[in-house]
Amino acid sequence: MTPWLPFEWIAATRFLREGRAQSLLIIVGVGVGVSVIVFMSALLSGLQSNLVRRTLTSQSHIVLLPQEEIARPLRDATLGPLLQKQAQRLRSIDQWQQIRSHLSQMPEIAAVSPSAAGPAFAVRGDANKSVTLIGIEPEHYVRIIALNEKIVTGQLLLSAGEAVIGIELARDLGAGVGDKFSITTSNGATDTLIITGLFDLGNKGVNQRNVYVGLRSAQTLLDLVGGVSSIDLSLHDIYTAESMALRITRETGLQADSWIKTNAQFFTALNSQRISSNIIRFFIGLSVAFGIASVLVVSVVQRSKEIGILRAMGATRGQMLRIFLLQGGIVGLLGSFLGSTLAWFFLAAWRTLAVNPDGTPLFMITVEPWLFAISAGGASLVGILAALIPARRAARLDPVVAIRG
Amino acid sequence: MLQLDDIHKSYATGSEVEIEVLHGINLQLRRGEFAALIGPSGSGKSTLLNLIGLLDRASRGRLLIDGQETGSLDDSALTRLRGSRIGFVFQHHHLIPAFTALENVMMPMLVERGRPDDEMRERAATLLEQVGLSAQAGNKANQMSGGQQQRVAIARALAMRPSLVLADEPTGNLDTKSADSVFALMREVNVAHQTTFLIVTHDARLAARCDRIIELVDGQIVSDKSPV
Repeated sequence: MTPWLPFEWIAATRFLREGRAQSLLIIVGVGVGVSVIVFMSALLSGLQSNLVRRTLTSQSHIVLLPQEEIARPLRDATLGPLLQKQAQRLRSIDQWQQIRSHLSQMPEIAAVSPSAAGPAFAVRGDANKSVTLIGIEPEHYVRIIALNEKIVTGQLLLSAGEAVIGIELARDLGAGVGDKFSITTSNGATDTLIITGLFDLGNKGVNQRNVYVGLRSAQTLLDLVGGVSSIDLSLHDIYTAESMALRITRETGLQADSWIKTNAQFFTALNSQRISSNIIRFFIGLSVAFGIASVLVVSVVQRSKEIGILRAMGATRGQMLRIFLLQGGIVGLLGSFLGSTLAWFFLAAWRTLAVNPDGTPLFMITVEPWLFAISAGGASLVGILAALIPARRAARLDPVVAIRG
Repeated sequence: MLQLDDIHKSYATGSEVEIEVLHGINLQLRRGEFAALIGPSGSGKSTLLNLIGLLDRASRGRLLIDGQETGSLDDSALTRLRGSRIGFVFQHHHLIPAFTALENVMMPMLVERGRPDDEMRERAATLLEQVGLSAQAGNKANQMSGGQQQRVAIARALAMRPSLVLADEPTGNLDTKSADSVFALMREVNVAHQTTFLIVTHDARLAARCDRIIELVDGQIVSDKSPV
């Protein structure tokens, strides 16, 4: 008997140890359940974060755009002729510097990056390609889209007269790092740019179309001097993007498009995947709970004489209750240790088995320690809850009846 | 030290029919008495023992232990009183198989104090020595003979220095030799510590060796005398 342990702990562990086969079976049962939950959670969160990461490499979480221009009739519109929708010209965001500093102070927002973007032609020799000219502040922009990590040749240098283009565009123009090409915007402004780097954002359209220059160069070329056409935001929690977008629209009057809205179908798929995995987890938890409860119910029946004796010796109902609740908790905790170990082996096996033909993993699974901590805590809690009914039975047992058997 | 005034006990069987098992028991036990409770099966001996042991409540009447009225106490107070004043020895000894002999003897003290300590370990060892089982201290119940288990049960009943020990056919499952030695042990404790004993038995031979024989028939005390 360990000297400092309370009576309830001593009795609970002794009872579990005495019913060895029974205890072992249920702990293995809990372990298998926990291992499936941990394995599935790790797999799913790995898969999802992988998908999200791929989707968000060339997109910001929220894009702020100026409100659409609408024609305002001078007279009551119902009396006049049909109101024609106005064509949208390239405009700057009004007061963008204030908006930017306001957004930078919001704790939910990780990074703010203004850009001036518009259509242009990239010309080199006989090649003439329609492109999107994007003027950025590289030090801010890389915190939204990690362009610096996506450079395959050269460097991300965007001083005046320098540009970074995608690998596809470089192929189309027949140009490489150090070569020059000319850019012409729709209002006729022209400049000659030196290619300082080639990027690959993993999306052919983007690699063909985007031309990054310094913010000032773009402002001049697009006739937006001092202005920006959009503000990109990245958030700490990407799943709050939609609610943040609504809030920002309310506060600034700007149009805010979240990645959730622009990738609605993808997001629905992610969400339904998450819901279905939660349902599976819930039912595994439920069956684990029933397993623990049934074993403890049998144990209470088997030990009714001992319970009666302990009660006759002065053990209170509360003490009996705690002895059986503890047994449930201990079974849950030990089961979760076993389950975490099993899951760890499953994941290791997955890493070696699920690989691309070239030997690289299908996708990265990151096993986070909190997953094990949560499963341990959760399984103990489920064990205690499952023990509630048997424990109450034990506590209510009439010692006279129990001893007589 | 124990006083029963007009104790009735009835059980509800089915819907509205009540069966009265004890009809007005009046009984007093003095400190240090060594009494036998005899009677045919179904006469209410066990029911009476359960009432005295505070495992059950009387339907009517007063039960006083060491002068304290027990009818008004709530469940947890009864449990405490039972734990500290009364020791039980059952026919089927009822040691807890998950624990060793020494731990079984410690159990009533552990239940009361919550955590094991050296003092209760020493007390349990002393008690085991008294019942002659020091060598078996580390054995579990299934490693001991019936007589040895019953001796451990007696040691356990004495752990809290109870003023009253209730024994329900303590020798019922033992051979004559073991029965004699268990009985002798109880007598020894009775003499040494002035502990009151109330022993339910079917064994007329053992009953004859008690100070007092109380006979219960059909829920009533029909005779209460010293053996001749």
